[in-house]
Amino acid sequence: TFTWLKTFCSRPPNETADTGLPAELMLMVMQPGGPGIPQCNARSPTLFTINTWLVCSLLANIFVAIIFPFCKRVPLRYQMKVKVIARNPDDYVRETKLDIQRVPRNYDPSLHPFEVSREYTRALNATKLERVFAKPFVASLDGHRDGVNCMAKHAKSLSTLLSGSCDGEVKVWNLSKHECVRTLQAHEGFVRGMVVRYCGTSFFTVGDDKTIKQWKMESPGYGEEEEPINTILGKTVYTGLDHHQNDPVFATCGQQVDIWDEQRSSPIRSFTWGVDSFSSVHFNPVETELLASCASDRSIVLYDMRESTPLKKVIMTMRSNTLSWNPMEAYYFTCANEDYNLYTYDMRYLAKPITVHMDHVSAVLDVDYAPTGKEFVSASFDKTIRIFAKDGGHSREVYHTKRMQHVICIKWSADNKYILSGSDEMNIRLWKANAAEKLGVLAPREREAANYSQKLKEKFQHHPQIRRIARHRHLPKTIYHQTKELRVMKEARRRKYANVRKHSKPGSVPVVSEKEKHVVTVVK
Amino acid sequence: MASPGEASVDETHVGKKKKLPARYWQELQEEERKDENKVKSDGEQSKEALQQEEDKTQKAKKRKQDQSPSDGEKVKPESDPFPGPAPIPEDRLQKFKRKDKLKKPHRKQHKLRDIIARSEDASEMAQKQAARFDLLLPEEAGFLEGDEDEDTCMISQEDIAEAVDITSGAKYFNLKLSQFGPYRLDYSKTGRHLLLGGRRGHVACIDWASKQLMCEINVMESVNDVKWLHTEAMYAVAQKKWLYIYDSNGIELHCIRKFNDVLRMQFLPYHFLLATASATSFLQYLDVSVGKEVAAICTKTGRLDVMCQNPHNAIIHLGHANGTVTLWSPNQKEALVKMLCHQGGVRSVAVDKTGTYMVTSGMDKKLKVYDVRTFKPLKSYFLPAGAACLSLSQRGLLSAATGDVVQVYKDVCSMPVTKPYMAHRLRGTVWGLHFCPFEDVLGVGHGDGFTSMLVPGAGEPNFDGLDANPYRSAKQRQEWEVKALMEKIQPDLISLDPTELAQVDQATWEQRHQDRVEVLGFDPLAKEKFVPKYKKKGRSSAGAIERRKKQVAHEEQRDVIRKSVEDKMKMEKERKERERKKAALSTQKSALDRFKK
Repeated sequence: TFTWLKTFCSRPPNETADTGLPAELMLMVMQPGGPGIPQCNARSPTLFTINTWLVCSLLANIFVAIIFPFCKRVPLRYQMKVKVIARNPDDYVRETKLDIQRVPRNYDPSLHPFEVSREYTRALNATKLERVFAKPFVASLDGHRDGVNCMAKHAKSLSTLLSGSCDGEVKVWNLSKHECVRTLQAHEGFVRGMVVRYCGTSFFTVGDDKTIKQWKMESPGYGEEEEPINTILGKTVYTGLDHHQNDPVFATCGQQVDIWDEQRSSPIRSFTWGVDSFSSVHFNPVETELLASCASDRSIVLYDMRESTPLKKVIMTMRSNTLSWNPMEAYYFTCANEDYNLYTYDMRYLAKPITVHMDHVSAVLDVDYAPTGKEFVSASFDKTIRIFAKDGGHSREVYHTKRMQHVICIKWSADNKYILSGSDEMNIRLWKANAAEKLGVLAPREREAANYSQKLKEKFQHHPQIRRIARHRHLPKTIYHQTKELRVMKEARRRKYANVRKHSKPGSVPVVSEKEKHVVTVVK
Repeated sequence: MASPGEASVDETHVGKKKKLPARYWQELQEEERKDENKVKSDGEQSKEALQQEEDKTQKAKKRKQDQSPSDGEKVKPESDPFPGPAPIPEDRLQKFKRKDKLKKPHRKQHKLRDIIARSEDASEMAQKQAARFDLLLPEEAGFLEGDEDEDTCMISQEDIAEAVDITSGAKYFNLKLSQFGPYRLDYSKTGRHLLLGGRRGHVACIDWASKQLMCEINVMESVNDVKWLHTEAMYAVAQKKWLYIYDSNGIELHCIRKFNDVLRMQFLPYHFLLATASATSFLQYLDVSVGKEVAAICTKTGRLDVMCQNPHNAIIHLGHANGTVTLWSPNQKEALVKMLCHQGGVRSVAVDKTGTYMVTSGMDKKLKVYDVRTFKPLKSYFLPAGAACLSLSQRGLLSAATGDVVQVYKDVCSMPVTKPYMAHRLRGTVWGLHFCPFEDVLGVGHGDGFTSMLVPGAGEPNFDGLDANPYRSAKQRQEWEVKALMEKIQPDLISLDPTELAQVDQATWEQRHQDRVEVLGFDPLAKEKFVPKYKKKGRSSAGAIERRKKQVAHEEQRDVIRKSVEDKMKMEKERKERERKKAALSTQKSALDRFKK
């Protein structure tokens, strides 16, 4: 009689390979006893077909010839099924040295114990490494002979920057080479404002000499004079300038806000609202007909270019120096105030700001949004640059160097990677927007690793140890002490107010939130 | 009356839910139906008009039929026999489930709501993808099935070795090492390397799959236990007096005199900790990455020769002569948990991979299964001879050594078991048992050497290449070592619940404040005592000072008292009001009052 022993094996063993027969059949071990009909029970139904039977009888001959020598005789009384793990190393090891190593994965959570603690350790390491690699300073562009008063981004070229200094000189920089490509004496006295036309072929400057000048972007040929394309002689000093997004219209501010057509030598519209001087004017990049300006009577005035009168204004407790519109959300703008804070407003509801951004310890002089609209950077008189999230009350980053003096103007580059700051001590500095970011092209694996660690840092950001490391920043001594002092002062004021409330008639002294505190009134 | 377009719609089994955009002929048909209704309702109408209309529709139909083949194909949506994403079996999804869904926070906390919703979506997607990937795993687990009237425990090792393929059959072997007496053993984390330690000083490491001897030494001292460290390049040997570390060539690297009389060792691979239990009842932890002793705990429970680790949370379990099992972490000088498991001493302890079950055997010849999450007994078995050694495999098989017989049980933890799954008799008394990871192999060290048994269904068939790869090259091992060291878990993160770190600390403000006061030794928020200012012109006389003090005294308490008094008054007033109303009601006459006497 025959007894069948069927073994299931995931891999054919080496010995069976040379016969070239199907693995399942090869693995049937027969106990020789004499020819007969195989007695199979229902457990091995596949063997019942005639074809298989033929093959089997054929196999019996082959078996005796080839396999039998390898098999020991076993007195089997049973039919058993057995399978053990038998891996073919060829499936797990690379074939040649030129291949990459094979890494089979199994994501079963029970094979990966301590998931949370390991991720936490990774997050901690990533946070530490981020602080180690945080080297934000890229380069310093020197060449100006007086403080840098204004800067302008090129509309089309990422690597071009224009800067104007306090001695009336304008320089055009090549950022990738860190060099000045062109210098021109634009004005007598300060260059107050500068803007590149949307097409990128020319730029406008205003200066203390009461002129608006339009210049060609490319430098004059050999032997040609450096001359403006167009000069408009005004009656008063202009303090700021901005160009429309896609029309040949620009706006200046000084004693009033003027809207100019490029073709005409007199303004097409002038706005005044009982104020004697404006410090800056900015077009909304989304709703392109809207403008906002900061006035010296502590107000921010909104205009519609199509109307003859201003829309509305909000008067604050202190003067705003400049403002910047959010390039992604048309309603929002952020203004840099003299009271050390920045305020983000929704232009529809000016009664109180959306967010108050605190951290500077001196007047904020300039602000610029990232092209993503998620963050903005501010420059301050306290010699630091800070980066805020658009809805974050405190800064996520502070940049400073020993040599940098009062930072007057700041720009966030159009590729969202760099920040440019112009300061009092005649230098323009190039910073990374993400201090620990690696510059240059990243390999895919590198990028994946960076994304992964970023996610981990996010996941564990509230753990005390990780937060402590992530928040740690070195600050100059003066700023550190000033911050502390301000905190004490604020606390004292709060305490005093609480005491006043406590000792006055209930309801007579209302609670005023930090947001409401700084707005005096809204005028329409 | 169905037009070809509509017919196609009916055929698709998908389209029932989705409504196709309206087509011009559908409108026509509806009109027709309306017309029919009209006809029915109105009864006799001008037949001519009807005829005309029918003609029109017929023409329209003809036109349609002319166009139909091309038009119909255009209109027919691409019918997918398996619409939507492929279904995933529920149990497979369950395998990758990390935690239950959170309760949605209130609408006011819309930011948090958003964050939670987004993260939950992401984790759900990850779970699904992992479950899908599970289908692609190359290997399947082993098994052993007997005939209907046959016990699998009667099948001998020789039969199994005969039946399986030759490479697998070669994994059943005996090493006859009768000279240096009973052997303890350990497999490396990848399962490739075997370490043998004979009681009388013989230490050997073997690449057992290829049967290559890596090194063989005699330490000329008694050997209590042997253990691989994180890689197969180093191992620890607990010798008669001290703890020694050797490399894979048999060269002595360290002799650690701080660790004396060690009887048992456990290595915690993710923490790089070597935990040792000594005859002097000390439980010590050695950080092998920096070579420092992390903790030394005097357990005060006598000789410690029963030890195992919980691979799920890196807690060390110790068995004692008084029948208790104690749980230890390096962060606490006291036992985390003490469980009375047996009457008489504990002989052996084992914890399964998921950290759910603990199996213990004692001098009372009982084998007990506990749930270590709740510390409750689940099962209790009586073994006539009692089990001296226990070991749990990756897939939950339990091997128990009773004298010179090794028995393997299946599903001990989940259902009552009457028979062993497999059994094997050896030449000598069993001294050490260890399942080989990622293989269907059980290593048994006994008085007469070492036996490698085949236990189908013991090992995890699919390993993770980044965690423990048996086929890794030297370069891959180096890489892995660096990565593993980078993410070494600090010993202070060892706790009973390993997911504790991901949970929100919901201690109240008062609790935290109390802790802070305890740490600092003073209350930082406490108010200073009021000291009146010194005033001139006799206004600081003792009486005046007292008066001024009185003004400020109990300022905060006064507010509280005032408020509570007000509240009391208010409640009193309300109560009175209620009583008044009640009284008013009771004085009112009702219709039922006439029945009162």
